[in-house]
Amino acid sequence: MAATKKPAAKKPAAKKPVVIIDDVHIVYKVYASGKRATGAAARNGLFAKKTNLRSVHAVKGVSFTVYQGDTIGIIGSNGSGKSSLMRALAGLTPIDQGAIYSYARPTLLGVGAALLPNLSGEKNTMLGGMAMGFAKKDMEKSIDEVAKFAGLEEFIDLPMRTYSSGMAARLRFAIAAHRDHDILIIDEALAVGDLEFRKRSEARMREMRDSAGTVFLVSHSMKSIADTCNRVIWIEKGELKMDGKPEKVIAAYTKAIGQALDK
Amino acid sequence: MAEYAEANGLKRMGARPALSTYIKDAFSRRDFAFALSSFSNDAANARNRLGSWWMVILPTLQAATYGLIFGVILGSNRPDNFLPFLFTGVFLFAFFSGAFSSGATSITANSGLVKSLSFPRALLPVSAVIRQFLNLLPQLGVLLVLLLIIQRTITWSWLALIPIIVLMVIFASGLAMVAARMTVQVRDLTKVIPFITRVAFYVSGIFFSVEQTLVNYPYVWAIVKWNPIYDFIELARGAVVVGHTMTAELWIACTVWSLLSVVIGTVYFWKAEERYGRD
Repeated sequence: MAATKKPAAKKPAAKKPVVIIDDVHIVYKVYASGKRATGAAARNGLFAKKTNLRSVHAVKGVSFTVYQGDTIGIIGSNGSGKSSLMRALAGLTPIDQGAIYSYARPTLLGVGAALLPNLSGEKNTMLGGMAMGFAKKDMEKSIDEVAKFAGLEEFIDLPMRTYSSGMAARLRFAIAAHRDHDILIIDEALAVGDLEFRKRSEARMREMRDSAGTVFLVSHSMKSIADTCNRVIWIEKGELKMDGKPEKVIAAYTKAIGQALDK
Repeated sequence: MAEYAEANGLKRMGARPALSTYIKDAFSRRDFAFALSSFSNDAANARNRLGSWWMVILPTLQAATYGLIFGVILGSNRPDNFLPFLFTGVFLFAFFSGAFSSGATSITANSGLVKSLSFPRALLPVSAVIRQFLNLLPQLGVLLVLLLIIQRTITWSWLALIPIIVLMVIFASGLAMVAARMTVQVRDLTKVIPFITRVAFYVSGIFFSVEQTLVNYPYVWAIVKWNPIYDFIELARGAVVVGHTMTAELWIACTVWSLLSVVIGTVYFWKAEERYGRD
């Protein structure tokens, strides 16, 4: 339990909670090859490969409560556990201790994954939407809309492997955001989009928030966070460091980075 | 905290859903499984000039090769009505081996989907089986044409292929789900899969008659005849190959195998549902 914040449940429950994260721990168990890639140990021959199980404690007891209509910005340095926590919230990663409660199954929009690289943008749109539980007919109708939002009308019939990382990210966001979700988690998915697309997607996120949807935005762009979120959570080394108004938390985070650089 | 969550209508996340909810959820997204299998088929053929024609050309070539090799090598030991016997075996076996090996890699090969979207993962091995089923259809066309040419006769019993293939798809879905979970947990299995498939090919009587071979070993025969792959292929031969019959015993064996496989496969796969996203 992070010392900076009391469990939100103890607050007077005037607003309706939609997500409760209660003392969540995530531990990864990874097989690490038990030797360095260089030096004497690396020259032990073919069968000398030793593997040992290492556990990495990625999230160490984070708790907070999210209320209806919140848009939450999640900030913190690389490897601080932000994405792990979001993946756990979406049900993609099991948690080792604690509990997550939510009124709907969140949809996560992650980075990197090209869905199915050999299929066209159009087919990826169909599949992505259907995997999120939308009907085939609805997706067939929305393809043009999705392509237009992503600004990819000309390229929608090309295989997704031919897209630049920005184009792929735009398409993924458009697929996820073309319908209202109860809870949408966007994990740095907008970082590679161009300025125009960023403005358009931020507007869409505000729209979703206004229609009572809850949005989590993980980003390293403080400007994006400040423009869209009404609450910011700072996670550092797997612990919740600060939780509050965007200006306050962003200022503290920026200051901490400045101090670290000065040292 | 749990009471506070419950009072506000919140449900616990991350925990594996109940089996009934899981199956319902997967069934409601069946469109996804069908679309994924037909799209992957298209994508697999898109870079070839002959495209989808390969789905017909390859099995024909395969049948010709096996016919030539086993027909010559086996000489007088061939079972009666050899070519229809062999072709039925080869084409149906290809369905099982394809379902097994592509089911095994269905989670690992679609890691892009698994990492970015949450949906019931069982849809992936099932979709691999649907894909094999889509591949089987043109092959069955080739098979039936060949049978018609060789045997010069067509009977009502050919219709029995429809329930047989339904049972095969059910059986293969269970098999694919078991293989998928095992591959995620023990990656080494991908190395052994071609070997397992080979062994299954040799013991399931694709190009020889198991019954005749084991005529002096009744005990071995008593065990071997319960091999599900053998049962399915024998049943299909009973439907379409002259000189073979569909026995009640085979029908019962195949039905029991299908139900066992799909029940065990679903439960076994579902038990590890929350682990598939982890890499």
